[in-house]
Amino acid sequence: MKFRAEIDVMPKDALLDPQGKAVTQSMGNLGLTEVSDVRIGKHIRLFIEADSKATAEAKADEACKKILANEIMESYSVEVVEA
Amino acid sequence: MKFGVVTFPGSNCDQDMIYTLETSLGQQVERLWHKDTDLKGVDFVVLPGGFSYGDYLRSGAIAKYSPIMKEVIAHGQKGGYVMGICNGFQILCESPLLDGALLHNDTQKFICKNVFLRPKSRTAAISKGLEAGKAVKIPIAHGEGRFYAPEDMMKEIYQNDQVLFQYCDEEGNVNDRTNPNGSLDNIAGITNKGKNIFGMMPHPERAADANLGNTDGKLLFDSILNNI
Amino acid sequence: MENNTQELATVDQAVELGLLPEEFELIKEILGRTPNFTETSIYSVMWSEHCSYKNSIKWLKTLPKDGPHMLVKAGEENAGLVDIGEGMGCVFKIESHNHPSAIEPYQGAATGVGGINRDIFTMGARPIAQLNSLRFGEIDKDKTKWLVKGVVKGIGDYGNSFGVPIIGGEVFFDKCYNTNPLVNAFSAGILEGEMISATSSGPGNPVYIVGSATGKDGIAGAAFASKDITEESADDLPSVQVGDPFQEKLLLEATLELGKTDAVVGMQDMGAAGITCSSCEMSAAGGVGMDIDLSKVPTRQKNMKDWEILLSESQERMLVVIEKGKEKIVEDIFEKWDLHAEEIGVVTEGGTINYFMHGEKVASVPAESLVLGGGAPVYDREYSEPAYYQEFKKFDINSIEEPADLKEVAVSLLKNPNIASKRWVYEQYDSMVGTRTMTTNSPSDAGIANIKDTNRALAMTVDCNSRYVNADPEIGTQIAVSEAARNIVVSGGIPSAVTNCLNFGNPYNPECYWQFVGAIKGMSAACLKFGTPVTGGNVSFYNQTVMDGKEEPVFPTPTIGMIGVVEDKSKIMTLDFKSKGDLIFILGDSHDDISSSEYLVSYHGVNESPAPFFDLEKEFALQEIMKGLIDKQLVNAAHDCADGGLFITLMEMAMYNNLGFDIVTDAEIREDAFLFGEAQSRIVVGVNEDQEDDFIDFMFEQGVNYTLLGHVTKGKVCVDDDQFGFVNELKDIYDNALGQKLS
Repeated sequence: MKFRAEIDVMPKDALLDPQGKAVTQSMGNLGLTEVSDVRIGKHIRLFIEADSKATAEAKADEACKKILANEIMESYSVEVVEA
Repeated sequence: MKFGVVTFPGSNCDQDMIYTLETSLGQQVERLWHKDTDLKGVDFVVLPGGFSYGDYLRSGAIAKYSPIMKEVIAHGQKGGYVMGICNGFQILCESPLLDGALLHNDTQKFICKNVFLRPKSRTAAISKGLEAGKAVKIPIAHGEGRFYAPEDMMKEIYQNDQVLFQYCDEEGNVNDRTNPNGSLDNIAGITNKGKNIFGMMPHPERAADANLGNTDGKLLFDSILNNI
Repeated sequence: MENNTQELATVDQAVELGLLPEEFELIKEILGRTPNFTETSIYSVMWSEHCSYKNSIKWLKTLPKDGPHMLVKAGEENAGLVDIGEGMGCVFKIESHNHPSAIEPYQGAATGVGGINRDIFTMGARPIAQLNSLRFGEIDKDKTKWLVKGVVKGIGDYGNSFGVPIIGGEVFFDKCYNTNPLVNAFSAGILEGEMISATSSGPGNPVYIVGSATGKDGIAGAAFASKDITEESADDLPSVQVGDPFQEKLLLEATLELGKTDAVVGMQDMGAAGITCSSCEMSAAGGVGMDIDLSKVPTRQKNMKDWEILLSESQERMLVVIEKGKEKIVEDIFEKWDLHAEEIGVVTEGGTINYFMHGEKVASVPAESLVLGGGAPVYDREYSEPAYYQEFKKFDINSIEEPADLKEVAVSLLKNPNIASKRWVYEQYDSMVGTRTMTTNSPSDAGIANIKDTNRALAMTVDCNSRYVNADPEIGTQIAVSEAARNIVVSGGIPSAVTNCLNFGNPYNPECYWQFVGAIKGMSAACLKFGTPVTGGNVSFYNQTVMDGKEEPVFPTPTIGMIGVVEDKSKIMTLDFKSKGDLIFILGDSHDDISSSEYLVSYHGVNESPAPFFDLEKEFALQEIMKGLIDKQLVNAAHDCADGGLFITLMEMAMYNNLGFDIVTDAEIREDAFLFGEAQSRIVVGVNEDQEDDFIDFMFEQGVNYTLLGHVTKGKVCVDDDQFGFVNELKDIYDNALGQKLS
């Protein structure tokens, strides 16, 4: 079966995210004062051939740990759905 | 001593490093290709600067899976010498032969200029030969050079005297104003516990040829050659 | 709706594709039949201004092309090639990417950098240094800030990753560029072995496409003309081309490796009009034809149509003709670098190019009929002198009251974005990769790249003060060439050759065309004088904005890229004052002239004045003397007097080592003109006190005026005993002004 994994990789909360900070500031300048704490990460989409959703999730998790995220500075979350 | 300089797809300081080692320092250099599976008997491996795999995903993240990296990691773990400059440092942190990670500069911009460095630990071969407290002028050129390590890791780094260089001013003062990229404690380079693996963002190979008007970088290479 | 590109094209379609009705008739005549849609698309791109130079070639042909160092004829290859001694050649070129950058500054500028570097390494040369010349609108506008940030980041991200340093350039702001910025990128490479020519030959030889896969980039115009566009297909048409510097770096290494083998017959980069242009130009150059199977081209998107593949402008691709039997060499090299190398065709006898798709012939065109110098149309455009030209000449300096506080003027100029340090820009570029940049730690007027393992170095510069060119196209362009030569000479080099990037408005507007013609005449005169042939470059028309229903062109901007050879590296001249007490002289004449100066425009708000004082003969004499002074090592610093005038020149010389200066002005000349006027042909030099006599003895025998201005101080800046401040305060203003304006 083919599964689609939607992965979010975010800078860890403890880290300064200069890009997010700059965007937060510009929100103020745009008059969107209600917006706060912008943090910018990346979204990765990939496809996995696997017997079950659980296996696909395990594969996606392995990919995150091995290469897609650097856990010193990033956290990630994975959502797997049937493609 | 035989040096080996690794070329990854996207490396662009490999030839500069080879030129510095061969021409400015008269050393024997083996060219290593990322698809190689042995180190061809080199004693000292250099991972040069550049944009391995375009720095796509994260700097150094893809290069760490190049075939040669298995050998480089084994070499480093056995106590063999490994040095990573700029992108090479990023690869070493990813691999992870060195602690910490290199984040986007806090300025959000790539930055290329001369900076000053002060040796902190002088127990490693690369910094032993430098004068304590005296600044050396070495250029930087990176977009992702903000050194970071979690608190517990930092504690160990300090306990083991692993900080090699800090960004400073011409007089050797280390403060926020002399920090070009937001690195934790102005850290520009670190070593491992065993002091056989060195990583630094600045480019000493760009400051080793008298034609270019600055040879401070040569002091680091001389220190390596005199202390290994 | 089924696409049927085999149907015969109509004149309406041809017009929509950008052809003139008479051009469509000409195509019918050439082919002896009515072309189909695909063929019409091919003609439309090949006969576009961009590929055919149809509105400029008549005048471009009048530029001086011959010089003792020329290794290929101007315009025959992707870039110019000149001999720089010791068996080496320099391949160099400048190119514009104005319109793409106006739409999407980041990718527009990035792909411009990619394109110019491909032109260099396609010829087998390794690029060693880049320059760029950027022009934007008023800096206070949000749109300008967005454009500046995007363009600079685009150039940086592409060039930094590709790994070729940017060692100089210019950035200029004026409201005429508000909606149409100019992005001109220059690259220079060193050729150590054989040149790879953009010529196809040898019927039977295989044709390869190498590099990236082909997508639907840059075909929107043709797609809309094809009339079978659906909403769905419009969605997948990228309006922006995305650069991939990583791919380009691999392509560079693979190409240079290939160049060292004997397998390559010819190679051409795919820029505008992609496969079409490269296959036609290479074939026409070699007098052969090609059979190309478009279905073999690796594509990024599914179900691409034949004409989409033909016209695609996807980046990082090249067409290579290989000697039959040596395919394996090519395939191995490209595999080593993880790149596509796909055999897509074969060289044929005769001059016809046949394009096939899944076995069916989709187009058949004679190569010669499509190219510049062949069947492409050549037009003689009308031109007429605009009224403003004479109006500007009526300017009288006496109409401008001299300000009471010249210190205030000085500070306003130091922080003027056209004069202030461009540090904010260039620190985002890797200026040192390659370990050749000699001007990082020893600044000169030109960028200087070390030629390793020789006693030589390569000096290079890009220059154009477009305000002068607007005021007087002919004189202004002479000044642009002269300033470029002056920058090279003052750095210790000998000017060698020129590449140009001609940015103008609409060629169908006679007043714009008058500017173009004037610029070409001025360039010819100056290039002849300095012995610097024009090796190539590009023309960018239609740089304009429609304001209140009226077309407003940008300032005519013929950017000059010049290279020069430094034969003895030990004699490179730097611009910084060396130590306190050194004497400061100015070579050349001072004039009561503030015409077209930054001072007149920005401080007094006067935009209508002629070009500043200039005399080509005097300029040449000055440069010859400068060469002598450097050769005899009689000066320890030299800097040409340019934008902002003498005061700014002195500041630039002083700031590098945190020194100051104490000078006296000339009683015969208005003080504001003396300090801030931009009369040409002046160079400021620093002379060590011990060498004063030798310097004077040498100058005494020359026919050029020189004046002692004063001396270098520890940090105080003084004019006629009037304190202008301390160097560190002034430097702070100069260093940070641009960054502050852009934040």
